[in-house]
Amino acid sequence: MNAASILPWIPVFPLIGFLVNGFLYLVSHSKLGGKDAPKGPHGHGDDHASGHAAETHDTHGAGGHGEHHEIPFSAVHAVIGPAATILSCLVAFAAIFLWWGETRGHEAVVATMWTWLPLGSNPTWFGGKALVVDAAFRLDALSALMLAFVTFVGALIHVYSVGYMGHDPGFGRYFSYLNLFMFSMLTLVLGAGLPILFVGWEGVGLCSYLLIGFYWEKDFAADAGKKAFVVNRIGDFGFVLGIFGCFALFGTTDFGSMFAMAAADPAKYAAGGMLTAVCVALFVGACGKSAQIPLYVWLPDAMAGPTPVSALIHAATMVTAGVYMVARCNVFYRVSHEWAMKTLGEGATVWGLLTHDASFVVAVVGGATALFAATMGLTQTDIKKVLAYSTVSQLGYMFLGCGALAFSAGMFHVFTHAWFKACLFLGSGSVIHALGGEQDMTKMGGLRKLIPHTFVTMFIATLAIAGVPGLAGFFSKDAILAETWGAGYKVLWALAVLTAGITAFYMFRLIRMTFYGTFRGTPEQLRHVHESPASMTGPLWILAAGAVFVGYLGIPKFLLGEENFFERFLEPVIPALAAGWRPEVHEMTHATEFILMGSSVLVALLGIFLAVAFYSGSYPFALPERVASSLGGFYRLVRDKYRIDELYEAVFVNGLVKKGGRLLWEIDARVLDLIPNGSSSLTVGLSRVSSWFDRTFVDGAVNGVAATLETAWRGMRRVQSGRTQNYALTMAAGVFGFVCLYLLLR
Amino acid sequence: MISVTHYVALSFLLFAIGVTGVLIRRNLLTVLMSIELILNAANLNLIAFSRQLGDLNGQLFTVFVITLAAGEAAIGLAIIISLYRLKNSVNLDAVSELKG
Repeated sequence: MNAASILPWIPVFPLIGFLVNGFLYLVSHSKLGGKDAPKGPHGHGDDHASGHAAETHDTHGAGGHGEHHEIPFSAVHAVIGPAATILSCLVAFAAIFLWWGETRGHEAVVATMWTWLPLGSNPTWFGGKALVVDAAFRLDALSALMLAFVTFVGALIHVYSVGYMGHDPGFGRYFSYLNLFMFSMLTLVLGAGLPILFVGWEGVGLCSYLLIGFYWEKDFAADAGKKAFVVNRIGDFGFVLGIFGCFALFGTTDFGSMFAMAAADPAKYAAGGMLTAVCVALFVGACGKSAQIPLYVWLPDAMAGPTPVSALIHAATMVTAGVYMVARCNVFYRVSHEWAMKTLGEGATVWGLLTHDASFVVAVVGGATALFAATMGLTQTDIKKVLAYSTVSQLGYMFLGCGALAFSAGMFHVFTHAWFKACLFLGSGSVIHALGGEQDMTKMGGLRKLIPHTFVTMFIATLAIAGVPGLAGFFSKDAILAETWGAGYKVLWALAVLTAGITAFYMFRLIRMTFYGTFRGTPEQLRHVHESPASMTGPLWILAAGAVFVGYLGIPKFLLGEENFFERFLEPVIPALAAGWRPEVHEMTHATEFILMGSSVLVALLGIFLAVAFYSGSYPFALPERVASSLGGFYRLVRDKYRIDELYEAVFVNGLVKKGGRLLWEIDARVLDLIPNGSSSLTVGLSRVSSWFDRTFVDGAVNGVAATLETAWRGMRRVQSGRTQNYALTMAAGVFGFVCLYLLLR
Repeated sequence: MISVTHYVALSFLLFAIGVTGVLIRRNLLTVLMSIELILNAANLNLIAFSRQLGDLNGQLFTVFVITLAAGEAAIGLAIIISLYRLKNSVNLDAVSELKG
């Protein structure tokens, strides 16, 4: 048994899970008109004895409580859904283990299953290059990393979902979608070429859409699903262009061959900025999937889906696919950067860099998104929205790292972020669960003692994301900050440090508003607050442990004196470029690194301190409200999320789609219609001639025959008088005639 | 002595009267009676020659013809009654639907 032979089996289990769960769900619901029957509320069940109407825009537990319905096959779904992912996780770890034994992590293992697109060659396509795409999986350091945490965190969230979604009538539908998501995500991660990756990419997009709109009977959920889908399509357009560009440049779309070619002869492929264009196109795709400016708008709305979905898809795994893809194509971005450096020389301006260096575009977009989203997170009162903006912001960090060509730092943040952000989301789910569907933090407070497990795990994860030394987020965030400084992007570094402070502030604001002070909800809610079942707190604790410890995989060299393990692990997937194209290594002094680290820690602690100072006391909103009112219009602008949604609505939806639609209609009616109209006029003219011929000659012949017959026989019709006696007379006359004739001739 | 010629002459007269009646009368009942006359002219002929030739076949045929005439009269009367119900008339001129 080797790694390549078991690699294709990893996505198979979730696929089977999807089919079985989906089939059972359809079977049990087909006679009920496909609805989530039994119709009515999806309450939490027995533990909420009396109904209280939780009509926030919450998704979980909205509607009345206290009615417990039997969900068909719920036990089967509860076993098959998580089991499929756990099996997949075990096989994934076995594959990683075997791969490590076979190659010590230095080489990629590729498992080719079948030839997917044997399109062959055609002289008119791309100069006769043959396009052959294999359905192949690739296991190397990068995919092994993604594989490990995607399957592991995925399995935890499946287990959590059993508790969280246990009373939802759509239980089976939920698990079939979630399994389909795992299948798609694993295809994305394992794909050995851009087309396979794209299949997974679209698959996770579909599952994201399905799960955001999981409560489709609510308009906002259905709309959010559509928004996510449409925004992602815009990104995908860029991605597809990138794939075409890759094929046009390299004649293949297989990662191994493309990167080897680009690394061996960078000058050939970078010439004329071709590779930069490809990189930017691919990054547009990444912007859509990973919610970067300007395509981030769908992610906050995606919180309409069930909370475990937010944790799995919209925080830990799917949204990091863009970062993964950029890191996967690191050779391209490095070549693009070096080409820009060579082309622009020493006096490179920001504008020059933006138009020549794809990696700089990535860094700028990432840094801007990080700060922009963080400021929006400051003013949100919906617990999940805070986390959503936080996710957008952290994704910006990851892109900032990749843009500074520190791909291992970017991926390290992907890795650590998956743990603490999944923990935060699941913790918020636990809070929402405890409060029967309440998501508004202004109606929470004082929950620390009531749900201690949730509190402690969320607190740990918050410390991690805030960048408190010793926890996972600290190491990864610090790596990105140090690399950004090292790459010479000082302004971006300053923005990122500011973002770190804001992150610490809004995360502690969340903790203070949710868990400290006095409870601000209804007495009814307070009476029913309960800690979540073990199937939910278990995953929380495991993720919290991850949030503490996974950071130690990437301790920077200057602290221990040893090579950064994480960097060394990813080294094989960041191959060296040809001579003359290697960037000069910018070694920083230990003092600089210490100062950088110290400054980010100081800013984080300042953020925490401010948050605690702001949100304390029995009525924790006095000081924040004073600050907000003194800021006036600016505060309202931030609270309204900079009115970006309204801007898009005005420019793209109303402006382009509606007015532009009118314009297109005019062009269509006046210019394009000339073609069909002209051809129709020609047809009418020709048919006139043909009809004249038809009427004159063809009809003339037919009518002539008829007219002749008519005249000839007009007289004869008089004989047929209809009177019997006339006929009898004729007959008698005839007989008489014949008899006379007989007598005469005899 | 009445010879066969007399019978044939009478028969011819009856036939002529019958044909004339069929051709000129407008009343269907009269036409039907005229047909009976024609048939009886034929009967007379048959019997006359049967007697002349001493062959009973002619008389046999006559019995058949009388039977046939009875059936013909029955059907003819039925048609006339139907026609009367339809047209409220038994005039032959009223029935000319097959006019071309």
